[in-house]
Amino acid sequence: MSGEEAVPTASGEPHFPEPSRTPLYGLHLRLGAKMVPFAGYEMPLQYPAGVLKEHLHTRAASGLFDTSHMGQIEITARSGDPRDAARALEALLPIDVLGLEVGRQRYGFLTNETGGILDDLMVVNLGARLIIVVNAACKAADEALLRTQLERDCGVRVLPRALLALQGPASGAVLARLAPEVEAMRFMDAREVILLGEPCLVTRSGYTGEDGFEISVSSEGAEALAERLLHDPAVLPVGLGARDSLRLEAGLCLYGLDIDETTTPVEGSLVWAISPVRRRGGSREGGFPGAARILEQITRGAPRRRVGLRPEGRAPVRAGAALYASETAGEPVGVVTSGGFGPSLQAPVAMGYVPTVLAEVGHRLFAEVRGQRLALNVVALPFIPAGFKRS
Amino acid sequence: MLRFTDEHEWVKLEGDIATVGITSHASGQLGDLVFVELPKVGTTLKKGAPAAVVESVKAASDVYAPLAGDVIEINADAEANPALVGEDPQGAGWLYKLRLANVSDLDHLLDEAAYAALIV
Repeated sequence: MSGEEAVPTASGEPHFPEPSRTPLYGLHLRLGAKMVPFAGYEMPLQYPAGVLKEHLHTRAASGLFDTSHMGQIEITARSGDPRDAARALEALLPIDVLGLEVGRQRYGFLTNETGGILDDLMVVNLGARLIIVVNAACKAADEALLRTQLERDCGVRVLPRALLALQGPASGAVLARLAPEVEAMRFMDAREVILLGEPCLVTRSGYTGEDGFEISVSSEGAEALAERLLHDPAVLPVGLGARDSLRLEAGLCLYGLDIDETTTPVEGSLVWAISPVRRRGGSREGGFPGAARILEQITRGAPRRRVGLRPEGRAPVRAGAALYASETAGEPVGVVTSGGFGPSLQAPVAMGYVPTVLAEVGHRLFAEVRGQRLALNVVALPFIPAGFKRS
Repeated sequence: MLRFTDEHEWVKLEGDIATVGITSHASGQLGDLVFVELPKVGTTLKKGAPAAVVESVKAASDVYAPLAGDVIEINADAEANPALVGEDPQGAGWLYKLRLANVSDLDHLLDEAAYAALIV
Protein backbone atom coordinates (compact mmCIF):
# COMPACT_ATOMS: atom_id res chain seq x y z
CA MET A 1 0.00 0.00 0.00
CA SER A 2 1.06 3.58 -0.37
CA GLY A 3 -0.09 6.94 0.82
CA GLU A 4 0.93 10.48 0.96
CA GLU A 5 1.12 12.82 3.90
CA ALA A 6 -1.97 14.93 3.34
CA VAL A 7 -0.86 17.58 5.76
CA PRO A 8 -1.31 20.59 3.56
CA THR A 9 1.56 22.77 2.54
CA ALA A 10 1.14 26.14 0.97
CA SER A 11 1.52 26.17 -2.77
CA GLY A 12 4.62 27.85 -4.04
CA GLU A 13 6.24 27.49 -0.68
CA PRO A 14 10.01 27.47 -0.86
CA HIS A 15 11.88 24.28 -0.20
CA PHE A 16 13.50 24.22 3.22
CA PRO A 17 16.45 21.83 3.29
CA GLU A 18 17.00 22.09 7.06
CA PRO A 19 13.72 22.37 8.95
CA SER A 20 13.66 24.74 11.90
CA ARG A 21 12.55 23.67 15.35
CA THR A 22 10.18 25.50 17.65
CA PRO A 23 11.05 26.01 21.33
CA LEU A 24 8.74 23.05 22.10
CA TYR A 25 10.62 20.56 19.89
CA GLY A 26 12.08 18.66 22.85
CA LEU A 27 8.70 18.51 24.56
CA HIS A 28 7.06 17.11 21.42
CA LEU A 29 9.63 14.31 21.33
CA ARG A 30 9.14 13.53 25.03
CA LEU A 31 5.39 13.40 24.47
CA GLY A 32 5.92 10.80 21.72
CA ALA A 33 4.84 12.99 18.81
CA LYS A 34 5.20 11.84 15.24
CA MET A 35 7.14 14.75 13.72
CA VAL A 36 6.75 15.91 10.12
CA PRO A 37 8.15 18.79 8.07
CA PHE A 38 5.61 21.59 7.72
CA ALA A 39 6.24 25.10 6.35
CA GLY A 40 9.94 24.79 7.07
CA TYR A 41 9.53 23.46 10.62
CA GLU A 42 9.60 20.06 12.22
CA MET A 43 6.13 19.94 13.72
CA PRO A 44 4.06 17.33 15.57
CA LEU A 45 1.58 15.63 13.22
CA GLN A 46 0.02 13.70 16.07
CA TYR A 47 0.75 12.42 19.55
CA PRO A 48 0.14 8.86 20.78
CA ALA A 49 -3.60 9.54 21.32
CA GLY A 50 -3.99 9.91 17.54
CA VAL A 51 -5.80 12.38 15.30
CA LEU A 52 -9.36 11.22 16.07
CA LYS A 53 -9.00 11.39 19.85
CA GLU A 54 -7.08 14.67 19.70
CA HIS A 55 -9.81 16.19 17.55
CA LEU A 56 -12.72 14.98 19.69
CA HIS A 57 -10.93 15.90 22.93
CA THR A 58 -10.47 19.48 21.69
CA ARG A 59 -14.21 19.77 21.00
CA ALA A 60 -15.07 18.20 24.39
CA ALA A 61 -12.44 19.66 26.74
CA SER A 62 -9.17 21.37 25.82
CA GLY A 63 -6.32 20.80 23.37
CA LEU A 64 -2.87 22.41 23.41
CA PHE A 65 -1.28 23.23 20.04
CA ASP A 66 2.22 24.45 19.26
CA THR A 67 1.77 27.23 16.70
CA SER A 68 5.21 28.74 17.21
CA HIS A 69 5.98 28.31 13.51
CA MET A 70 3.65 31.23 12.78
CA GLY A 71 5.08 34.73 12.45
CA GLN A 72 4.54 37.42 15.06
CA ILE A 73 5.38 40.89 13.79
CA GLU A 74 5.30 44.09 15.85
CA ILE A 75 4.49 47.39 14.17
CA THR A 76 5.08 50.72 15.91
CA ALA A 77 4.57 54.26 14.61
CA ARG A 78 7.76 56.31 14.26
CA SER A 79 5.75 59.42 15.14
CA GLY A 80 4.75 57.89 18.46
CA ASP A 81 1.08 58.25 17.48
CA PRO A 82 -0.29 54.69 17.15
CA ARG A 83 -2.90 55.92 14.68
CA ASP A 84 -0.10 56.49 12.17
CA ALA A 85 0.77 52.78 12.30
CA ALA A 86 -2.88 51.84 11.85
CA ARG A 87 -3.20 54.21 8.89
CA ALA A 88 -0.05 52.83 7.27
CA LEU A 89 -1.22 49.24 7.68
CA GLU A 90 -4.60 50.06 6.18
CA ALA A 91 -2.80 50.70 2.89
CA LEU A 92 -2.02 46.97 2.72
CA LEU A 93 -5.29 45.37 3.77
CA PRO A 94 -9.06 45.95 3.47
CA ILE A 95 -9.91 46.03 7.14
CA ASP A 96 -10.59 48.76 9.67
CA VAL A 97 -7.36 48.98 11.68
CA LEU A 98 -7.89 52.60 12.81
CA GLY A 99 -11.20 51.64 14.37
CA LEU A 100 -9.84 48.55 16.11
CA GLU A 101 -10.12 49.22 19.82
CA VAL A 102 -7.18 48.79 22.16
CA GLY A 103 -7.26 45.24 23.51
CA ARG A 104 -9.04 43.85 20.47
CA GLN A 105 -8.02 41.60 17.59
CA ARG A 106 -9.38 41.43 14.04
CA TYR A 107 -9.03 38.94 11.17
CA GLY A 108 -7.79 40.25 7.84
CA PHE A 109 -5.61 39.59 4.82
CA LEU A 110 -2.87 41.23 2.80
CA THR A 111 -4.00 41.70 -0.80
CA ASN A 112 -2.16 42.12 -4.09
CA GLU A 113 -2.83 44.46 -7.01
CA THR A 114 -5.20 41.99 -8.67
CA GLY A 115 -7.21 41.52 -5.49
CA GLY A 116 -5.66 38.14 -4.61
CA ILE A 117 -4.77 37.22 -1.05
CA LEU A 118 -1.06 37.31 -0.15
CA ASP A 119 -1.70 35.97 3.36
CA ASP A 120 -4.43 35.91 5.96
CA LEU A 121 -3.62 37.17 9.43
CA MET A 122 -4.72 38.57 12.76
CA VAL A 123 -4.14 42.18 13.80
CA VAL A 124 -3.97 42.94 17.53
CA ASN A 125 -4.15 46.48 18.89
CA LEU A 126 -2.10 46.83 22.07
CA GLY A 127 -2.32 50.62 22.18
CA ALA A 128 1.28 51.64 21.66
CA ARG A 129 1.86 48.89 19.12
CA LEU A 130 0.12 46.59 16.68
CA ILE A 131 0.95 42.89 16.52
CA ILE A 132 0.17 40.90 13.44
CA VAL A 133 0.19 37.11 13.42
CA VAL A 134 0.82 35.53 10.02
CA ASN A 135 1.15 32.10 8.43
CA ALA A 136 4.47 30.29 8.74
CA ALA A 137 4.88 29.69 5.01
CA CYS A 138 4.29 33.38 4.25
CA LYS A 139 6.10 35.06 7.10
CA ALA A 140 9.34 35.92 5.28
CA ALA A 141 7.45 37.46 2.36
CA ASP A 142 5.07 39.27 4.72
CA GLU A 143 7.94 40.71 6.71
CA ALA A 144 9.65 41.92 3.53
CA LEU A 145 6.41 43.49 2.30
CA LEU A 146 5.76 45.25 5.60
CA ARG A 147 9.33 46.52 5.82
CA THR A 148 9.20 47.91 2.29
CA GLN A 149 5.76 49.41 2.52
CA LEU A 150 5.77 50.69 6.10
CA GLU A 151 9.43 51.68 6.41
CA ARG A 152 8.73 55.42 6.26
CA ASP A 153 6.12 55.52 9.02
CA CYS A 154 6.68 52.45 11.13
CA GLY A 155 9.17 50.26 12.89
CA VAL A 156 8.67 46.61 11.87
CA ARG A 157 10.10 43.92 14.13
CA VAL A 158 9.70 40.15 14.02
CA LEU A 159 9.16 38.88 17.54
CA PRO A 160 11.17 35.71 18.22
CA ARG A 161 8.47 34.37 20.50
CA ALA A 162 6.67 31.06 20.85
CA LEU A 163 2.92 30.79 20.24
CA LEU A 164 0.63 28.26 21.91
CA ALA A 165 -3.06 27.70 21.26
CA LEU A 166 -5.31 26.33 23.98
CA GLN A 167 -8.59 25.38 22.33
CA GLY A 168 -11.87 23.87 23.43
CA PRO A 169 -14.68 24.53 25.91
CA ALA A 170 -12.62 23.78 29.04
CA SER A 171 -9.81 26.15 28.00
CA GLY A 172 -11.23 29.16 29.86
CA ALA A 173 -11.28 27.32 33.17
CA VAL A 174 -7.82 25.83 32.54
CA LEU A 175 -6.14 29.16 31.76
CA ALA A 176 -8.00 30.97 34.56
CA ARG A 177 -6.20 28.69 37.03
CA LEU A 178 -2.99 30.48 35.99
CA ALA A 179 -4.50 33.94 35.47
CA PRO A 180 -8.05 34.52 36.73
CA GLU A 181 -8.41 37.71 34.66
CA VAL A 182 -8.65 35.74 31.38
CA GLU A 183 -12.11 34.53 32.42
CA ALA A 184 -13.51 37.99 31.66
CA MET A 185 -12.11 38.05 28.11
CA ARG A 186 -14.49 37.72 25.19
CA PHE A 187 -13.95 36.37 21.67
CA MET A 188 -11.20 38.41 19.94
CA ASP A 189 -10.16 40.26 23.10
CA ALA A 190 -6.40 40.66 23.58
CA ARG A 191 -4.68 41.18 26.89
CA GLU A 192 -1.17 41.26 28.29
CA VAL A 193 -1.14 38.71 31.09
CA ILE A 194 1.56 37.28 33.37
CA LEU A 195 1.58 33.46 33.15
CA LEU A 196 4.06 31.62 35.43
CA GLY A 197 5.95 34.88 35.84
CA GLU A 198 6.30 35.42 32.08
CA PRO A 199 4.69 38.39 30.34
CA CYS A 200 2.41 36.89 27.70
CA LEU A 201 0.04 38.24 25.08
CA VAL A 202 -3.22 36.32 25.30
CA THR A 203 -6.00 36.57 22.73
CA ARG A 204 -9.34 34.77 22.99
CA SER A 205 -9.30 33.25 19.53
CA GLY A 206 -8.13 30.25 17.56
CA TYR A 207 -8.39 28.05 14.51
CA THR A 208 -10.75 25.30 15.65
CA GLY A 209 -14.19 26.91 15.85
CA GLU A 210 -14.09 26.48 19.62
CA ASP A 211 -13.67 28.91 22.48
CA GLY A 212 -10.00 29.17 23.39
CA PHE A 213 -6.86 31.24 23.57
CA GLU A 214 -3.72 31.96 21.62
CA ILE A 215 -0.78 32.70 23.88
CA SER A 216 2.39 34.48 22.80
CA VAL A 217 5.16 33.66 25.26
CA SER A 218 8.95 34.05 25.24
CA SER A 219 10.85 31.17 23.67
CA GLU A 220 12.51 30.53 27.03
CA GLY A 221 9.20 30.42 28.90
CA ALA A 222 7.27 28.34 26.36
CA GLU A 223 8.13 24.86 27.56
CA ALA A 224 7.33 25.48 31.23
CA LEU A 225 4.00 27.03 30.26
CA ALA A 226 3.13 24.19 27.89
CA GLU A 227 4.02 21.58 30.52
CA ARG A 228 1.95 23.37 33.15
CA LEU A 229 -1.07 23.51 30.83
CA LEU A 230 -0.62 19.84 29.89
CA HIS A 231 -0.51 18.96 33.58
CA ASP A 232 -4.20 19.92 33.76
CA PRO A 233 -6.27 16.74 33.30
CA ALA A 234 -8.56 18.61 30.87
CA VAL A 235 -5.72 19.23 28.41
CA LEU A 236 -4.24 16.93 25.73
CA PRO A 237 -1.52 17.88 23.27
CA VAL A 238 -2.89 18.14 19.72
CA GLY A 239 -0.91 17.94 16.48
CA LEU A 240 -1.27 19.28 12.95
CA GLY A 241 -3.50 16.39 11.84
CA ALA A 242 -6.31 17.32 14.21
CA ARG A 243 -5.60 21.02 13.74
CA ASP A 244 -6.48 20.51 10.07
CA SER A 245 -9.65 18.49 10.70
CA LEU A 246 -10.80 20.95 13.38
CA ARG A 247 -10.34 24.01 11.18
CA LEU A 248 -11.99 22.24 8.24
CA GLU A 249 -15.12 21.43 10.28
CA ALA A 250 -15.10 25.07 11.42
CA GLY A 251 -15.07 26.15 7.74
CA LEU A 252 -11.82 28.08 8.19
CA CYS A 253 -9.45 28.62 5.28
CA LEU A 254 -5.98 27.19 5.11
CA TYR A 255 -3.79 29.65 3.24
CA GLY A 256 -2.19 28.05 0.19
CA LEU A 257 -5.10 25.63 -0.28
CA ASP A 258 -8.43 27.42 0.20
CA ILE A 259 -7.16 30.92 -0.51
CA ASP A 260 -4.05 32.19 -2.28
CA GLU A 261 -2.73 34.92 -4.55
CA THR A 262 -5.24 33.97 -7.26
CA THR A 263 -8.37 34.04 -5.10
CA THR A 264 -10.00 37.32 -4.10
CA PRO A 265 -11.67 37.70 -0.69
CA VAL A 266 -15.04 37.77 -2.47
CA GLU A 267 -14.32 34.49 -4.24
CA GLY A 268 -13.03 33.11 -0.94
CA SER A 269 -16.35 33.97 0.79
CA LEU A 270 -14.47 36.29 3.16
CA VAL A 271 -16.43 39.49 2.45
CA TRP A 272 -17.56 39.49 6.10
CA ALA A 273 -13.96 40.35 7.05
CA ILE A 274 -13.83 43.46 4.84
CA SER A 275 -14.78 46.34 7.12
CA PRO A 276 -17.72 48.53 5.99
CA VAL A 277 -15.57 51.70 6.24
CA ARG A 278 -13.25 50.28 3.57
CA ARG A 279 -16.09 49.36 1.19
CA ARG A 280 -17.87 51.57 -1.36
CA GLY A 281 -19.50 54.48 0.41
CA GLY A 282 -17.38 53.95 3.53
CA SER A 283 -15.42 56.83 5.06
CA ARG A 284 -12.07 55.23 4.08
CA GLU A 285 -13.25 53.46 0.95
CA GLY A 286 -10.59 51.47 -0.92
CA GLY A 287 -6.97 52.48 -0.57
CA PHE A 288 -5.63 48.91 -0.39
CA PRO A 289 -4.03 46.80 -3.15
CA GLY A 290 -6.59 45.37 -5.53
CA ALA A 291 -9.37 47.60 -4.15
CA ALA A 292 -10.91 48.26 -7.57
CA ARG A 293 -11.42 44.58 -8.29
CA ILE A 294 -12.45 43.58 -4.78
CA LEU A 295 -14.97 46.41 -4.33
CA GLU A 296 -16.38 45.76 -7.79
CA GLN A 297 -16.85 42.07 -6.89
CA ILE A 298 -18.57 42.98 -3.61
CA THR A 299 -21.09 45.01 -5.63
CA ARG A 300 -21.50 42.78 -8.68
CA GLY A 301 -20.51 39.38 -7.39
CA ALA A 302 -17.58 37.17 -8.29
CA PRO A 303 -17.60 34.45 -10.96
CA ARG A 304 -16.83 31.72 -8.42
CA ARG A 305 -17.11 31.20 -4.70
CA ARG A 306 -15.72 29.02 -1.94
CA VAL A 307 -18.48 26.81 -0.55
CA GLY A 308 -18.92 24.04 1.99
CA LEU A 309 -19.53 20.58 0.53
CA ARG A 310 -20.99 17.47 2.17
CA PRO A 311 -20.44 14.21 0.27
CA GLU A 312 -23.54 12.00 0.31
CA GLY A 313 -21.51 8.84 0.85
CA ARG A 314 -18.85 7.84 3.36
CA ALA A 315 -15.81 8.34 1.12
CA PRO A 316 -13.74 11.43 1.92
CA VAL A 317 -13.33 13.83 -1.00
CA ARG A 318 -9.93 15.46 -0.70
CA ALA A 319 -8.10 18.54 -1.97
CA GLY A 320 -7.57 18.49 -5.72
CA ALA A 321 -10.70 16.49 -6.60
CA ALA A 322 -12.41 17.99 -9.66
CA LEU A 323 -16.04 19.06 -9.29
CA TYR A 324 -18.65 18.46 -11.99
CA ALA A 325 -22.14 19.83 -12.50
CA SER A 326 -23.49 16.35 -13.25
CA GLU A 327 -22.57 12.70 -13.06
CA THR A 328 -21.69 12.63 -16.76
CA ALA A 329 -20.48 16.18 -17.48
CA GLY A 330 -17.24 16.27 -19.45
CA GLU A 331 -15.63 19.44 -18.16
CA PRO A 332 -15.12 20.17 -14.47
CA VAL A 333 -16.73 23.33 -13.08
CA GLY A 334 -14.65 23.61 -9.92
CA VAL A 335 -12.22 22.00 -7.55
CA VAL A 336 -12.05 20.84 -3.94
CA THR A 337 -9.44 22.82 -2.01
CA SER A 338 -9.72 21.10 1.39
CA GLY A 339 -11.42 17.88 2.26
CA GLY A 340 -11.32 14.94 4.57
CA PHE A 341 -13.18 13.22 7.33
CA GLY A 342 -14.86 15.31 10.03
CA PRO A 343 -14.51 13.37 13.28
CA SER A 344 -17.17 15.43 15.09
CA LEU A 345 -19.64 14.95 12.25
CA GLN A 346 -18.59 11.32 11.68
CA ALA A 347 -18.81 12.14 8.00
CA PRO A 348 -16.68 13.49 5.18
CA VAL A 349 -16.56 17.27 4.68
CA ALA A 350 -14.94 19.46 2.06
CA MET A 351 -14.61 23.00 0.79
CA GLY A 352 -14.03 24.08 -2.77
CA TYR A 353 -14.59 26.62 -5.49
CA VAL A 354 -17.63 26.46 -7.77
CA PRO A 355 -19.21 28.92 -10.22
CA THR A 356 -21.43 31.35 -8.30
CA VAL A 357 -24.48 30.07 -10.21
CA LEU A 358 -23.90 26.63 -8.65
CA ALA A 359 -23.02 27.94 -5.18
CA GLU A 360 -26.43 28.10 -3.51
CA VAL A 361 -26.93 25.88 -0.48
CA GLY A 362 -28.58 22.63 -1.53
CA HIS A 363 -27.03 22.52 -4.99
CA ARG A 364 -25.94 18.99 -5.91
CA LEU A 365 -22.55 18.48 -7.53
CA PHE A 366 -20.23 15.56 -8.27
CA ALA A 367 -16.60 15.07 -7.32
CA GLU A 368 -14.31 12.69 -9.15
CA VAL A 369 -12.54 10.34 -6.76
CA ARG A 370 -10.51 7.40 -8.12
CA GLY A 371 -12.38 7.57 -11.42
CA GLN A 372 -15.85 7.61 -9.84
CA ARG A 373 -18.31 10.50 -9.61
CA LEU A 374 -19.45 10.95 -6.01
CA ALA A 375 -22.46 13.16 -5.21
CA LEU A 376 -22.06 16.03 -2.78
CA ASN A 377 -24.21 18.96 -1.73
CA VAL A 378 -23.39 22.61 -1.19
CA VAL A 379 -23.96 23.42 2.49
CA ALA A 380 -23.58 26.48 4.71
CA LEU A 381 -20.30 26.99 6.56
CA PRO A 382 -19.24 26.26 9.25
CA PHE A 383 -20.06 22.55 9.35
CA ILE A 384 -20.26 22.67 13.15
CA PRO A 385 -21.63 25.57 15.22
CA ALA A 386 -18.94 27.88 16.57
CA GLY A 387 -18.32 27.74 20.32
CA PHE A 388 -16.90 31.26 20.66
CA LYS A 389 -17.44 33.20 23.89
CA ARG A 390 -19.11 36.24 22.38
CA SER A 391 -20.80 37.64 25.47
CA MET B 1 1.80 -18.79 8.12
CA LEU B 2 1.57 -15.19 6.91
CA ARG B 3 3.45 -13.79 3.96
CA PHE B 4 4.07 -10.09 3.38
CA THR B 5 4.72 -7.55 0.63
CA ASP B 6 7.02 -4.56 0.76
CA GLU B 7 3.86 -2.48 0.27
CA HIS B 8 2.73 -3.62 3.76
CA GLU B 9 0.04 -6.11 2.85
CA TRP B 10 -0.18 -9.55 4.46
CA VAL B 11 -1.45 -12.75 2.86
CA LYS B 12 -2.67 -15.94 4.48
CA LEU B 13 -3.04 -18.96 2.17
CA GLU B 14 -5.61 -21.75 2.64
CA GLY B 15 -5.69 -24.06 -0.40
CA ASP B 16 -5.75 -21.65 -3.33
CA ILE B 17 -7.56 -18.93 -1.37
CA ALA B 18 -5.49 -16.01 -0.08
CA THR B 19 -6.86 -13.73 2.64
CA VAL B 20 -5.39 -10.21 2.32
CA GLY B 21 -5.07 -7.34 4.76
CA ILE B 22 -2.77 -4.52 5.82
CA THR B 23 -0.01 -5.16 8.32
CA SER B 24 -0.03 -4.01 11.94
CA HIS B 25 2.93 -1.81 11.08
CA ALA B 26 1.00 -0.11 8.26
CA SER B 27 -2.04 0.32 10.46
CA GLY B 28 0.09 1.98 13.13
CA GLN B 29 1.60 4.34 10.58
CA LEU B 30 -1.78 5.33 9.14
CA GLY B 31 -3.47 6.04 12.45
CA ASP B 32 -7.22 5.88 12.99
CA LEU B 33 -9.01 4.65 9.88
CA VAL B 34 -12.27 6.32 8.93
CA PHE B 35 -13.06 4.80 5.52
CA VAL B 36 -12.42 1.48 3.80
CA GLU B 37 -13.31 0.72 0.17
CA LEU B 38 -12.99 -2.88 -0.98
CA PRO B 39 -13.00 -4.42 -4.47
CA LYS B 40 -16.19 -5.91 -5.88
CA VAL B 41 -16.56 -9.67 -5.59
CA GLY B 42 -15.76 -11.16 -8.98
CA THR B 43 -13.08 -8.61 -9.86
CA THR B 44 -9.98 -10.08 -11.46
CA LEU B 45 -6.86 -8.42 -10.08
CA LYS B 46 -3.38 -8.35 -11.50
CA LYS B 47 -0.47 -8.47 -9.10
CA GLY B 48 0.26 -4.92 -7.93
CA ALA B 49 -3.07 -3.47 -9.10
CA PRO B 50 -4.90 -1.08 -6.74
CA ALA B 51 -7.39 -3.34 -4.96
CA ALA B 52 -8.70 -1.40 -1.96
CA VAL B 53 -8.44 2.00 -0.32
CA VAL B 54 -8.01 2.73 3.36
CA GLU B 55 -8.33 6.30 4.59
CA SER B 56 -7.32 7.95 7.82
CA VAL B 57 -8.50 11.41 8.85
CA LYS B 58 -5.55 12.87 7.00
CA ALA B 59 -4.85 10.71 3.97
CA ALA B 60 -6.03 8.06 1.53
CA SER B 61 -3.81 5.05 0.84
CA ASP B 62 -4.11 2.43 -1.86
CA VAL B 63 -3.87 -1.24 -0.96
CA TYR B 64 -2.43 -3.22 -3.86
CA ALA B 65 -3.17 -6.78 -4.85
CA PRO B 66 -0.22 -8.79 -3.52
CA LEU B 67 -0.83 -11.57 -6.06
CA ALA B 68 -2.96 -12.13 -9.17
CA GLY B 69 -6.39 -13.66 -8.69
CA ASP B 70 -10.18 -13.26 -8.50
CA VAL B 71 -11.87 -11.55 -5.55
CA ILE B 72 -14.23 -14.15 -4.05
CA GLU B 73 -15.19 -12.50 -0.75
CA ILE B 74 -14.86 -9.14 0.99
CA ASN B 75 -14.95 -8.25 4.69
CA ALA B 76 -18.16 -6.23 4.90
CA ASP B 77 -17.49 -5.63 8.61
CA ALA B 78 -14.32 -3.72 7.70
CA GLU B 79 -16.24 -1.48 5.29
CA ALA B 80 -19.00 -0.86 7.83
CA ASN B 81 -16.57 -0.27 10.69
CA PRO B 82 -13.18 0.96 9.44
CA ALA B 83 -11.88 1.13 13.03
CA LEU B 84 -11.86 -2.69 12.98
CA VAL B 85 -8.99 -2.62 10.50
CA GLY B 86 -7.02 -0.44 12.88
CA GLU B 87 -7.83 -2.54 15.93
CA ASP B 88 -7.08 -5.96 14.47
CA PRO B 89 -5.45 -5.51 11.04
CA GLN B 90 -3.99 -9.02 10.87
CA GLY B 91 -7.15 -10.74 12.16
CA ALA B 92 -10.79 -9.56 12.18
CA GLY B 93 -9.75 -6.54 10.12
CA TRP B 94 -8.84 -8.57 7.01
CA LEU B 95 -9.94 -6.94 3.75
CA TYR B 96 -10.70 -9.46 0.99
CA LYS B 97 -10.07 -13.01 -0.26
CA LEU B 98 -8.51 -13.89 -3.58
CA ARG B 99 -8.63 -17.17 -5.49
CA LEU B 100 -5.05 -17.18 -6.69
CA ALA B 101 -4.31 -17.54 -10.37
CA ASN B 102 -1.10 -19.33 -9.46
CA VAL B 103 -0.47 -20.53 -5.90
CA SER B 104 3.27 -20.76 -6.44
CA ASP B 105 3.35 -16.93 -6.80
CA LEU B 106 3.23 -16.90 -3.02
CA ASP B 107 6.88 -17.95 -2.93
CA HIS B 108 7.86 -14.48 -4.19
CA LEU B 109 6.44 -12.77 -1.10
CA LEU B 110 8.36 -11.99 2.08
CA ASP B 111 8.33 -14.25 5.10
CA GLU B 112 7.83 -12.80 8.55
CA ALA B 113 11.56 -12.37 9.26
CA ALA B 114 12.20 -10.61 5.94
CA TYR B 115 9.23 -8.27 6.51
CA ALA B 116 10.33 -7.54 10.07
CA ALA B 117 13.76 -6.59 8.74
CA LEU B 118 12.13 -4.26 6.20
CA ILE B 119 10.22 -2.19 8.76
CA VAL B 120 12.98 -1.80 11.34
